[in-house]
Amino acid sequence: MWERVIRRAGLPVAYSKGFSPRPLLSFGLGLPTGCESTAEYLDMVMEHPVDQGGLAPELSALLPGGIDVLALAEVAGDAGSLQQDVTSCTWEMAVAEASDGELAERIASALAAESLPFVRERKGREQSADLRPAIVSLEQYRSDGCRAVLVAELSTRPLGVRPVELASTLGVKSSSTRRTHQWIDHGGAREEPLPLDAPNGARLEACAP
Amino acid sequence: MSSLWPRIEPLLEKVSKPARYIGEEMGAYQPRHGAGRVAWLLAYPDTYEIGLPNQGLQILYEILNEREDALAERTYAPWVDMEAAMRAEGVPLFSLETHRPAGDFDVLAFNIAAELTVTNVLNMVDLAQVPIRSDQRGPQHPLVMAGGHCAYNPEPMAPFVDALVMGDGEEVVGEITEVIGGWAVAGCRSREDLLKMLAKVPGVYVPSLYEARYEGGRLAGVRPMEPGVPEVVAKRTVADLAEWPYPKRQLVPLTEVVHDRLNVEVFRGCTRGCRFCQAGMITRPVRERPARQVEEMVASGLARTGYDEVALTSLSSADFSGIEGVVERVVRGVGEDDVAHAGPSQSVQRPSGGPVSVSLPSLRVDAFTVGLAAQVQRAKRTGLTFAPEGGTWRMRRVINKLITEEDLYAAVDAAFSGGWRRVKLYFLVGLPTETDEDVLGIADLARGCAEIGRRYHRNVTVTVSVGGFVPKPHTPFQWFAQDTVAEQRRKVNLLRDALRGVRGVALRWHDPEASVAEGIVSRGDRRVADVIEHVWSHGGTFQEWSEHFDLRLWTEAMAAAGLSLEECVHSELGEGDVLPWDHISAGLHRDFLWQDWQDALEARAVTDCRWTPCYDCGACTGAGIEHVVASPVPPAGGSQGTGQDLTEALVAALLAQARPAVGTAEVPMVGTVPVPVSETVPVPVPVALGAPTPGGSCVGTRPAKLIRGPV
Repeated sequence: MWERVIRRAGLPVAYSKGFSPRPLLSFGLGLPTGCESTAEYLDMVMEHPVDQGGLAPELSALLPGGIDVLALAEVAGDAGSLQQDVTSCTWEMAVAEASDGELAERIASALAAESLPFVRERKGREQSADLRPAIVSLEQYRSDGCRAVLVAELSTRPLGVRPVELASTLGVKSSSTRRTHQWIDHGGAREEPLPLDAPNGARLEACAP
Repeated sequence: MSSLWPRIEPLLEKVSKPARYIGEEMGAYQPRHGAGRVAWLLAYPDTYEIGLPNQGLQILYEILNEREDALAERTYAPWVDMEAAMRAEGVPLFSLETHRPAGDFDVLAFNIAAELTVTNVLNMVDLAQVPIRSDQRGPQHPLVMAGGHCAYNPEPMAPFVDALVMGDGEEVVGEITEVIGGWAVAGCRSREDLLKMLAKVPGVYVPSLYEARYEGGRLAGVRPMEPGVPEVVAKRTVADLAEWPYPKRQLVPLTEVVHDRLNVEVFRGCTRGCRFCQAGMITRPVRERPARQVEEMVASGLARTGYDEVALTSLSSADFSGIEGVVERVVRGVGEDDVAHAGPSQSVQRPSGGPVSVSLPSLRVDAFTVGLAAQVQRAKRTGLTFAPEGGTWRMRRVINKLITEEDLYAAVDAAFSGGWRRVKLYFLVGLPTETDEDVLGIADLARGCAEIGRRYHRNVTVTVSVGGFVPKPHTPFQWFAQDTVAEQRRKVNLLRDALRGVRGVALRWHDPEASVAEGIVSRGDRRVADVIEHVWSHGGTFQEWSEHFDLRLWTEAMAAAGLSLEECVHSELGEGDVLPWDHISAGLHRDFLWQDWQDALEARAVTDCRWTPCYDCGACTGAGIEHVVASPVPPAGGSQGTGQDLTEALVAALLAQARPAVGTAEVPMVGTVPVPVSETVPVPVPVALGAPTPGGSCVGTRPAKLIRGPV
């Protein structure tokens, strides 16, 4: 999809050398199927610098409905790959069938636990792992009669935990999940791959119609 | 608005590949429903990935949506996980554009391109909450229609489909729309009235108005039950492709599909006369698109979609007049004068974006073709595919695929010396008059090809892909007895033994059991409908997929319907026997087909009538049209891909063994000069609810999904 959009936009993207040249694009961490996101990143290597004025809306218009370019910036050629640099992600989950009080209790007990074992199926084999070290933070916001929203920052290594795994370990059912941030850790100070002037997307609608 | 989206969305996280069900493709319409617009739901009875690229469906989708009095949406067969989720929640089959229930449309129109998708048609109708049999439907139900190549024997689907359309669909969909629109305005008239009105539209077959009679357990004829209903329904043919530059806005999916590229149809029809090939017989005459229009469609299509690959589709694209020039201009970029070559061995670069590659599905077997392939595939030289179909020259004369051993070896030599390391060869077994020698000839050719390859590379792969032949209606082989599963297996085993331990050769084969089920649907009569319903009601959907195909379901269903495989599939028919499709005309004279069948049995070949005299097959004369071929001379490579020009010597050699003239055709004179075909009279187009699938053609008769192996 991105390759087609780039060609339609006429962007001077660099191609790999060799017998089967491909445009030099690298995506960040994959977004699990079924999740929404307001924080996805893509590195594109250009043949030469491009004028970024108006490029974001232009690309948005060429992208399928629901996918928009929020910001663009030039990064140094020696910047690391997104896949390796991103250390944690923030997720918001609309939680069904749990009162605020219940959810707060579950959060508190999860944070107090020394380990949170869970089972992951991989290549047909079941592996057990500990989810607790991956939780950087865990909280809830907003209730006023609507569904509660669970906000979790989960680290990507050594074990990348999927939000659905967190939900099932906490014993809650999430009706929709959205990635809102990807974080790069710089010796304790974390920042996002791109500083966003615009508000980073809307918060997850807790009162979905 | 009656969108089912709020009920569909929660299902998506539970199923594989949810993007199949959301729509949102680039090029999709968002049609407005309402009075005065006939609502068509165009359905492809296989998965989204297989169905979305279908050009026939996309062409009709655009034509209908451009009309003021019609609109069209699309749907595909939900995969088994989605079907289970939909049934559990009571969600009916829905359209992709507005997610409306299929039952809300006026027409539910299926493209039936492959025999084994018929059980999916029933399943989709049932999922639409519409009775599967026409006689149980009422005024509240949509009309269920079908078209596509399998419609040419409509009888197995006769009780399920209200009306079938034969031939090119571009014009007839408009006529059907007008009939339905007029009927809707008239208000109180019955569904029966509508069907009778539709039966008067040329090319439309309404099975419920015909009666099938049997005598002594055999079909004795299918006849109209009342006056005003045509005795023979003749296919529709669009005279001039130039008038139908569709698709203009090819759909670009959000997810990966087969043939994921721009597709531009360069011509329709084929007169090479391969006797096993239904597509070549039923789509005659040849109608080329003007080269200039091809180039424009390529240029605008690439710019609009962002694809970096375009397929020039037809049944034999190397036969397109002036193909070399067209390919060269396409690769260079139409209208771009300054061509930047990135380097000696690199692809041509376009000013914006990377290299554009051209793919030519269904190539002939000759060195010219490989040269063409080299021109368009500078980047990825992974594999080349040839389809000699028969193992010996005798066999290839029987099937009229006139490729000599030298042609094949020259092509393979050109491929390996040009940098390719993998060659794939398609063959059929179970062909008429076939002997074990013919089967073993396949092994000899494969060995020969691998040896040529090793002259150029240390490691080469020659993949031999073998399909079991299924006789098709409206071909010279329609009278032939299909091989049994046991016989097909025996032949495959002969090949396995012959190729065991041969370096560089891999054998793959199509499941012989699937070929038998295809045979049941391919040439069955109306009684086969019960078989199809039985297979469907016992869980037999997605029968094109090896993981779901189950021959036991089919044999049980045959027994339940009191039919025998021996009689239905494995018996040879005579000239006087009634064929289930005798009341359908694909334009071909029955006596032409019979004569061609007799010629086949004598291993007599015929040349391509585009460039040599007419054999009066009926396709042109019957429809009052003729071939539209821009060039009066055959392309380099010559007739039938023999690698030889159509010189007097070749013509003489072929005509020396020519058959007696059929009908009114004159006996071609030895040494006849190819007859120029008018450039100025353009001729016709695709298919009812189903133009050729890109990559279709004789090669496409075997779904790759069912190919097993290697040994």
